[in-house]
Amino acid sequence: MPHRKVGVGFSNVGRAVVDGVWRMGFATRFFVMTLLGSGDSFRRFGLTIREIYFSGVLSLIIILVSGLFVGMVLGLQGYETLQKYGSESALGTLVALSLVRELGPVLAALLFASRAGSAITAEIGLMKATEQLAAMEMMAVDPISRVVAPRFWAGVISMPLLAAMFSAVGVFGGYLVGVVFIGVDAGSFWSQMQAAVDFRQDIVSGVIKSVVFGIAVTAIALFEGYDAPPTAEGVSHATTRTVVTSALAVLGLDFILTAFMFRGI
Amino acid sequence: MTSWKQPDVPTENLVEINNLTFAYGKRAILKGINMVMPRGKVVAVMGLSGCGKTTTLRLIGGSLKPTAGSVKVAGHEVAELDREGLYRLRRKMGMLFQFGALFTDLSVFENVAFQMREQTDLPESVVRDLVLMKLDAVGLRGAHSLMPSELSGGMARRVALARAVALDPMLIMYDEPFAGLDPISLSVIGNLIRRLNDALGATSIVVTHDIQESLKIVDYVYFMSDGVVVAEGTAEEIKASTLPYVHQFVWGEIDGPVSFHYPRAPYSQDLRLEAGHAA
Repeated sequence: MPHRKVGVGFSNVGRAVVDGVWRMGFATRFFVMTLLGSGDSFRRFGLTIREIYFSGVLSLIIILVSGLFVGMVLGLQGYETLQKYGSESALGTLVALSLVRELGPVLAALLFASRAGSAITAEIGLMKATEQLAAMEMMAVDPISRVVAPRFWAGVISMPLLAAMFSAVGVFGGYLVGVVFIGVDAGSFWSQMQAAVDFRQDIVSGVIKSVVFGIAVTAIALFEGYDAPPTAEGVSHATTRTVVTSALAVLGLDFILTAFMFRGI
Repeated sequence: MTSWKQPDVPTENLVEINNLTFAYGKRAILKGINMVMPRGKVVAVMGLSGCGKTTTLRLIGGSLKPTAGSVKVAGHEVAELDREGLYRLRRKMGMLFQFGALFTDLSVFENVAFQMREQTDLPESVVRDLVLMKLDAVGLRGAHSLMPSELSGGMARRVALARAVALDPMLIMYDEPFAGLDPISLSVIGNLIRRLNDALGATSIVVTHDIQESLKIVDYVYFMSDGVVVAEGTAEEIKASTLPYVHQFVWGEIDGPVSFHYPRAPYSQDLRLEAGHAA
């Protein structure tokens, strides 16, 4: 009997691996088809603009509010630590570098995945479940070009803009707490920040990260929706998978990108 | 298979299906069916749920590829068309899905205009006129500004019908057009299918298990069971049929060759009443 259980266990592992490889292959093919079907997203840019509104503009509130609070917490925590060494004037540097290099792109991507990513998955999944995608196919309209690609590019364009706004509002939050409430000198807050933040090393790196996160989160959200079983349970699971997979992908990619950008691996 | 003969129809068939076989993996859905749909006719494909009707429709539309056999539409072997060829053919087809499949983020007007805007370069003023004409044909011109969520089931089906005929297709396919409709909507949809087919000079395939409504409007009927065509004939021939399967289906009888029960093990076995368990 134990041999039989071990056999079943191996069989289940094998099946999971094979399914995983199939799914990876399908996801890669889906991604390539999305890129190939992207012509309409630029020729008829109105389609992409519409999706930028749904993915980007409607995510602004959560991004701005979260950015403000994260910046304020950074201001409080940073001040507490820096004053021990008499370096509270470096508060602006700490807040800005933390946000521009890491927290801005990463937290904005996590929030984007929870708000816009889950919405994209649910929308595409429901379009599939209610045969809207099949209807489009039967009208000789490619759903990848008409539905998927505009959402993909909208996500890729929105993500760096949202991350930039997150960082900007976060710096303002740090300023509010550090300068306005605690009394750190405004001149040293801004001047040290300007001196320490390098455009190429810090800002461009942050933008590159947010573009990569935008690609990853949007591609995951679209694939999960397109691949969702056409049932209420299937769409629900796909939406959950989008948030979980996107979060893990963002954190994993962040580590890899950081290693390349700042450690020169 | 019955001994019915194909009725007098024009020699040119828009759809020809020969020895069509289809399987999902090892599960056979269609087991070598033969059908013809002559131009200008309304043909019904009937049978119990799961008998392969919708699969047949999907094979005609090119959404699925046959395991064996042939599906020809307007002389084209559907399975051999490349993507461009398939899309070219689909531009001459319209399909009404079971629950309409309207685009929920677009208004009624935009739903009907969708294919015109995607497939043609017609000026917006012409699109507007055409859409309103199509909506008028299904009695919903006054509802053009509503969203799909504001429509009843019957209205949604009529909008989907207007959308399916937006570009005056040569072939219109209906997947369960009568499912879940009240008696008035049912008659309205049935009447529209016949009227639109005749007005457009199109060919219609109606996949349904609503026998009474469809027999009023169709020219020819194929009966399917378990992946094969078990009977065929005109509406009158079907009504007068003495074949047990057809008779049971047409008259909705409980007793007949179609069993009430799903295939099952002996009752005593499921209830564990064998000698060993009785004590």
